[in-house]
Amino acid sequence: MVWVNDIIQGILTGGLYALFACGLSLMFGVMKVVNLAHGDLAVVGGYIAIGVITVTHVPVLWSFVIVVPIMAVLGYVLQRTLIQAALDRGVLTTLMVTFGLSVVIENGLLQFFTANSRGLGTGNAFITSSFSIGSQITIAYLPLTIFVAAVVVLLGLQYFLTRSKYGRLIRAVADDKEAAQLCGVDYRHVFGIAAAIAFGTVALAGMAYGMSSQLAPTIGTDTILLFAFAAVVIGGLGSLWGTLLGGVVLGVAQLIGAQINSQDEVLAGYIVFLAVLVFRPQGLTVRRAR
Amino acid sequence: MTGERLTDGAPLLEVRDLTVHHGQLRALDRVSLRVFPGEVYAIIGANGAGKSTLLRTIAGLHRPTEGEIWFDGQEVTGVRPERRAARGIAMVPEGRRLFESLTVEENLQIGATYARKGPWTIERVYELFGWMAERRSQRTAQLSGGEQQAVAIGRALVANPRALLLDELSLGLAPVVVQRIYGMLPQILATGLTVLLVEQDVSQALRVASHLQCLLEGHTTLEGRPSDVTAEQVEAAYFGLAGRATGPGGGALWSGSTTSSRGS
Repeated sequence: MVWVNDIIQGILTGGLYALFACGLSLMFGVMKVVNLAHGDLAVVGGYIAIGVITVTHVPVLWSFVIVVPIMAVLGYVLQRTLIQAALDRGVLTTLMVTFGLSVVIENGLLQFFTANSRGLGTGNAFITSSFSIGSQITIAYLPLTIFVAAVVVLLGLQYFLTRSKYGRLIRAVADDKEAAQLCGVDYRHVFGIAAAIAFGTVALAGMAYGMSSQLAPTIGTDTILLFAFAAVVIGGLGSLWGTLLGGVVLGVAQLIGAQINSQDEVLAGYIVFLAVLVFRPQGLTVRRAR
Repeated sequence: MTGERLTDGAPLLEVRDLTVHHGQLRALDRVSLRVFPGEVYAIIGANGAGKSTLLRTIAGLHRPTEGEIWFDGQEVTGVRPERRAARGIAMVPEGRRLFESLTVEENLQIGATYARKGPWTIERVYELFGWMAERRSQRTAQLSGGEQQAVAIGRALVANPRALLLDELSLGLAPVVVQRIYGMLPQILATGLTVLLVEQDVSQALRVASHLQCLLEGHTTLEGRPSDVTAEQVEAAYFGLAGRATGPGGGALWSGSTTSSRGS
């Protein structure tokens, strides 16, 4: 029963990883940008949430209504200015620019918020409460809520991409931006929309991380970015539902690793990650759903 | 019968002394042209003559080093391609360039997203190409080359352009398919479009064109109405064989009887 519990907790953790990963995957799929600042932007989302809650006193669980639009606007603006300027100079330049952005964000956060870690919504009864099934399985409400949120986000994203006008434009621009221009499409605007979605989802992920763990200025690159990359690679690059599968596999591997030896949690995740790279480099899901 | 060239009014599209470089290479060297409303203007030339570069520069995909492009009385030389599309320049690019992960209908919907007002709708494209409606939900990769070309034309038409630029429609297609696609041209022209096309298949170009311009290594070597130029002139301009009346390559160039196709 210990193992069943581990697997359930691992699956729920996978929801958080999927939230981290889907924006990374979307930005790569649409504009071929590997956003090395993705993890730091999650942390920024978390800190904005702390600020918003302090100022407006909105309930922590509803603060995303304010934080996600703020980050989405930031995503659109950054894409139209800094990232587009980098893209115009070649795809490799985007690696340097987003790496630079990552350094700037981390040091900016250290400057303003110090290196002390902070929780989001500590003391909120919902965040710390749980329910039990039988005597061995305990499920906390927060990871369950995050998992459900991840599924809702992915469903919404899939519906948006396949059914809406802008979703169609995003897929067309991802296929061939020059042909899209000939159809009157300003691909830079479409890139901006894709970035806005990516930033919105990563803000949600950063808030979820802040509630279930602690936010600190440097965890963006140390932890979040690496887990997001692992989830994307395990699931399959450019596949939306692959990020959920990748996140779940990573989460389950980590919890089983921790069960074997508490020091092996992170190692177990990366062993699975490497195994996928060796035996199935295209990822677990073959179908591409860019 | 192509009739007299309608040069009374203002040209719809005018290119003045256009020079375009690809890096060090001068792809176009002071090329000029004037396309009048209702014309079918054909640009012919061998591989590397600069035909596609000319069309792509008119569409806005290349920046010229020198020269001007005017459309409908306004200069568009520095205008971005998507803004030119909004003003009524649509292009069917070489190699079709459909959106692969989109269905037939979605490809047409992208073309219609920023469409101008006009006679062309997705339904009208389905009427023009009878097979298309029942395959609207297929991915374009499942279509044959000729069918993909038809979707690419439809995608350009639904934008309701004033000028339709066609880049090498015949590329990679069987002759019978090429003939069928060019056979659609009168129906397309009947809606008031002006066509500027680039074609390697000279006999096909002569069959449909009302005006002709031949490029060789970035220069204009011949210009005129198809009925005013001789096969020998075209051949000399095409290969750069000044003064050679007939050449060994003549048979390959003319796949049909040129006199009859020009006169009909």
